[in-house]
Amino acid sequence: MEYLNTLINEIYKIIFLVIPILVSVAMIVWLDRRVWGLIQKRRGPNVVGPFGLFQTLADALKYIFKEIIIPASANKTIFILAPIITMTLALVAWAVIPLSETLVLSNINVGILYLFAISSLGVYGIIMGGWASNSKYPFLGAIRSAAQMVSYEVSIGIIIINVLLCVGSLNLNDIVLAQKNLWYVIPLFPMFVVFFISALAETNRPPFDLPEAEAELVAGYQTEYSGMMYAMFWLGEYANILLMCAMGSILFLGGWLPPLDIYPFNVVPAPFWMIFKILFLFFLFAIIKAIVPRYRYDQLMRLGWKVFLPFSLIYVVLTASFLLYFDKLPKGSF
Amino acid sequence: MNLNRFLKTIFLTEFFLAIIKAIREIFRPKKTINYPFEKGQISPRYRGEHALRRYPNGEERCIACKLCEAVCPAQAITIESEERKDGSRKTTRYDIDMLKCIYCGLCQESCPVDAIVQGPNFEFATETREELYYNKEKLLDNGDRWESVLAKNLKTDKIYK
Repeated sequence: MEYLNTLINEIYKIIFLVIPILVSVAMIVWLDRRVWGLIQKRRGPNVVGPFGLFQTLADALKYIFKEIIIPASANKTIFILAPIITMTLALVAWAVIPLSETLVLSNINVGILYLFAISSLGVYGIIMGGWASNSKYPFLGAIRSAAQMVSYEVSIGIIIINVLLCVGSLNLNDIVLAQKNLWYVIPLFPMFVVFFISALAETNRPPFDLPEAEAELVAGYQTEYSGMMYAMFWLGEYANILLMCAMGSILFLGGWLPPLDIYPFNVVPAPFWMIFKILFLFFLFAIIKAIVPRYRYDQLMRLGWKVFLPFSLIYVVLTASFLLYFDKLPKGSF
Repeated sequence: MNLNRFLKTIFLTEFFLAIIKAIREIFRPKKTINYPFEKGQISPRYRGEHALRRYPNGEERCIACKLCEAVCPAQAITIESEERKDGSRKTTRYDIDMLKCIYCGLCQESCPVDAIVQGPNFEFATETREELYYNKEKLLDNGDRWESVLAKNLKTDKIYK
C-alpha cells in the first residue's frame, strides 16, 4: 500500500511537471514565431486568441487530425519510434532541472551528468528517423545532424567542466547555490558565449539549422514525417531548446537566484527568476534566428572542432590554474 | 588577417550590434497589414469577382449581344437568350465557370453596356468546385451587392478609356 501511495504521488508530480512544460513549449513556439516576425517587420501569428497566443494549440489540433503517412519502404517500427524517442528524451531531462531549492522532481547528485547523457541520447531520435525513412534527404539530414550534435557536445562538455571546477559538485542545486555571490556569467563570460553558440548548434537552431536546410535537404530528417509524428519531432525540438536555455541559466545565470539579494528582488519567488532567465535566453535564441544567415557545413565543423574545442580547453586550463594559484578551489565536496 | 578584423571576430562586435538592431527593429512600425481586419488599397481597375449590373430602375443591363462569350479566351462564359414580350432581347442563361476564367478582363472591356464587370472582391474561395460555377442569379446578386463600388470604380476609370 505504501508502495502504491509513493507511485501515485510520483505520477502526480510528474504530471504536474510535464503538463506545464508542454504548455510552455506551445507558448515558446508562439514567442519564437512572433519575435521572428516582429524583427522582420511582419506581425507574426496574432489572430488565434489574445495576441495569437493559441496559435500553437490550433496548429497542434491541425496536426492531430492529419493523416500519418508511413512510406512503403520505411522501416515501420523505427520510423514510428523515432519521434517518440525525441520527445520522451526532451521531456525526461526536465526531471533534474531545479525551479527552486525544493521545486525539483529528483534532486540527484549527478544532475549535470544526467542532463548531459540525456541530451547526448537525443541524437538517436534524429538518426533513427533519418535512417528509417529510407529516402535520401532524411538520410543526409540525419547524418549532418548527428555529426553536428556530436561535435558540439564535446565543447559543451568542456564548458561544463569549467563551471564544475568552480563549483565542486555535480548537483544542479549546488551549482546554483555556488553562484550566490557572483554569477558565473561574469568570470566565465567567454565560456557563456561559447556555450550559447554551442547550444544553438546542439538544438539545430539557425544559423546551424543545416539538418533542416530547406534549400538543399527539403526538411532534413523530418521530410517523410507527417501529422502527429511530425508535431512530436517539433515539440521535442522546442522542449530541447527550452532545456538548453534552462541549462544555460543554471550554469551561468544563477538559476533560480535573484540577480541581487536585496529587497525588491528577493521577494519574487525563486521559480519566477528561473522562468524569467529561461525566457531571456530563449528570446536571444529567437532574435538570433532572425539575424543570421545559415552556416556552410564545413564552416560549422571548423567552428566546432578548430575554434570552440581548443578555446574551451585553454579556458579550462586557465580556470584551473587560477583557482589553484589563488587557492580558491572548492573544498569539502570531494 | 589584419588586427582590426581579428578583434572584430573575437569580440563578435557585429553580432552584438545586430542583436541591438534587431531589438530596435521589434518596436518599429510594421510593413505588413493586419490582413483579414484591414485591407490594402485596390486599384479601380482591379479584376476580381464578376458581377452583372442593373440599370437604376432595376432592369438588367445585359442585352445578350454575346460579345463577352465570343471574346472570352478561356471560353468560360455561356449565354442563352430569347426575345421578351416587350421586344427586348435578354439573357435566359448567363453562366461563368470561375474555374476556367483567367481574369483577363476582356469581357468587361467588350461589353457595350457595362453589364458584365469585374469587381474589387477577391475573397470568394469556396469549399467545392460546384460553388464556382456562377449562374445568372449569382452574378446579378453580386452586381446588387457591389453596385456602389462598381459604379464608383467605373466612373473613376472612365477618363482613361
